[in-house]
Amino acid sequence: MFLKFSLRSVFYGAGGGNDIQWCFSQVKGAVDDDVAEDIISTVEFNHSGELLATGDKGGRVVIFQQEQENKIQSHSRGEYNVYSTFQSHEPEFDYLKSLEIEEKINKIRWLPQKNAAQFLLSTNDKTIKLWKISERDKRPEGYNLKEEDGRYRDPTTVTTLRVPVFRPMDLMVEASPRRIFANAHTYHINSISINSDYETYLSADDLRINLWHLEITDRSFNIVDIKPANMEELTEVITAAEFHPNSCNTFVYSSSKGTIRLCDMRASALCDRHSKLFEEPEDPSNRSFFSEIISSISDVKFSHSGRYMMTRDYLSVKIWDLNMENRPVETYQVHEYLRSKLCSLYENDCIFDKFECCWNGSDSVVMTGSYNNFFRMFDRNTKRDITLEASRENNKPRTVLKPRKVCASGKRKKDEISVDSLDFNKKILHTAWHPKENIIAVATTNNLYIFQDKVN
Amino acid sequence: MMLSKGLKRKREEEEEEEKEALAVDTWWLDPGHPAVAQAPPAVASSSLFDLSVLKLHHSLRQSEPDLRHLVLVVNTLRRIQASMAPTAALPPVPSPPTAPGIADNLLASSDAALSASMASLLEDLSHIEGLSQAPQPLVDEGPPGRPTGGAPPSLGALDLLGPATGCLLDDGLEGLFEDIDTSMYDSELWAPASEGHKSSPEDGPGKEEAPELDEAELDYLMDVLVGTQALERPPGPGR
Repeated sequence: MFLKFSLRSVFYGAGGGNDIQWCFSQVKGAVDDDVAEDIISTVEFNHSGELLATGDKGGRVVIFQQEQENKIQSHSRGEYNVYSTFQSHEPEFDYLKSLEIEEKINKIRWLPQKNAAQFLLSTNDKTIKLWKISERDKRPEGYNLKEEDGRYRDPTTVTTLRVPVFRPMDLMVEASPRRIFANAHTYHINSISINSDYETYLSADDLRINLWHLEITDRSFNIVDIKPANMEELTEVITAAEFHPNSCNTFVYSSSKGTIRLCDMRASALCDRHSKLFEEPEDPSNRSFFSEIISSISDVKFSHSGRYMMTRDYLSVKIWDLNMENRPVETYQVHEYLRSKLCSLYENDCIFDKFECCWNGSDSVVMTGSYNNFFRMFDRNTKRDITLEASRENNKPRTVLKPRKVCASGKRKKDEISVDSLDFNKKILHTAWHPKENIIAVATTNNLYIFQDKVN
Repeated sequence: MMLSKGLKRKREEEEEEEKEALAVDTWWLDPGHPAVAQAPPAVASSSLFDLSVLKLHHSLRQSEPDLRHLVLVVNTLRRIQASMAPTAALPPVPSPPTAPGIADNLLASSDAALSASMASLLEDLSHIEGLSQAPQPLVDEGPPGRPTGGAPPSLGALDLLGPATGCLLDDGLEGLFEDIDTSMYDSELWAPASEGHKSSPEDGPGKEEAPELDEAELDYLMDVLVGTQALERPPGPGR
């Protein structure tokens, strides 16, 4: 039994999105969907995968920690339980502009762990914060000048001295804001990305990208500025940005026109001129009034290797080789059946939804969300894809998820769902993949689902 | 539905508003309708144009518009309009009459968003950026020829009283509508009544009228955009 499991891991463990049998593991969040503040707005595993952070519309961050279990003997990998909850951002009022600044957390990015504490960056539309999450499981007892309840003793009553000792206590996890990076963005921040030097990071809004040092909060360098001198000429905005995982001088940013620009910070201080421009020519047979909207890139992610990058536009996921600018090397259709419905989706604004995408640890499978609480995985090696659903129904632990299928037209087969029956209010915008294992976190509107591959 | 200054809309209200604002003919939602099923027509219907204009209007009414949404809608609107009248001579849009009520700047209240075109709204943001007390981001010296402010010299940002010199609207409004044929506004499909705007002029649909905008049509256009501001503000001097 043990040997079979090992062989299976060797052949299938690292990839094979469809050789994997995905099982429901956990769901977090309220059963009813009505609380606006609980809407999950970002999901991110830390570098080891032990911690999983979510941010929500109410400005809160919830961190889950994986239980450390004996993997050989257990039926599943450890469960994720709440580790820390804190209010990262509060609603603010900008008096100069008479505007309320939303506290919704747009992005969370973890720093690699350097000591016992964990650090993450969280951002709303305007302000980025560096949070330190640390554990306390001991407390000192036996002070000379303080009683146990904290009251100070009169020094004249002290006749002997003792050395305080540390005694164990119930684990307390504390989150404290260590840096606040404010007042550098006029427009709404859509991305933050930590550099591979682990000293600097970038933040991007609709028109500008700034470079920060993690230790310095009172200034940042502007490295990209696409704001036209005359705002009437504005036709394009920045939609996402990310540092290269290995080259600390390289970053990319995507636009609402479907282009990705790769910039090298060594070339000039202001990276308005790109080193590379990635753009796929429009397919004339698919041209429509909505061509630009659906080409707008909602997310860009480098592969772990740094050789590729993935972009998500409204209908597809594209994989680009950094050495080839004129077209992607792979394109995967997420929900092509929506192409004939673009008019309706424009009318109800769904066409503006911003889906994210992610890589698995070995860069062999990519995942992204869709509507009706469906999410899709594409195996780059086998070229097979699968559609799964995040739903509380029929989800018992270790139940294998049944693949879903959408019937685009014609006679609907049993167990298929027709396009017109899709619920466009149930959208999966945020997904994350454990950096090392086949564990995924999928966020519906206000629930977080955790799925694992079937063990044994 | 007017928003008071700084009031944060709840999610449900937002959705209700959307439904109100987008209450136009929804024939294109009928899956049986050929226009939905097949490839999009080479020429867009006026309904699609109106929908886009409504979206633009709705976007501008936000206290802080989503720039991406705004830019995408404007670009789509231009595409649609270009396909609808590729050969018609675009009527020149004369300078709108300077109405003092309109000239209040963005800082005065979130109502001001109603009166600003996209360009003027964003111009104001760039004014404010220059004014911000915050530590300035260290901007590099280039690219040459691109001033960071880009603001017209008559900085109305702090001037809360009296009419500005029209800096907010002149360029902005012209810039937005130069290439858009606004005779569509005479169409019955433009139904701002749900938002308490002044009702459409009684004199018939635009078909009967000459394509050029005359004074009355322009006033109507201005009123529609300024709309509730004209209703809610006491008339200023000169109006």
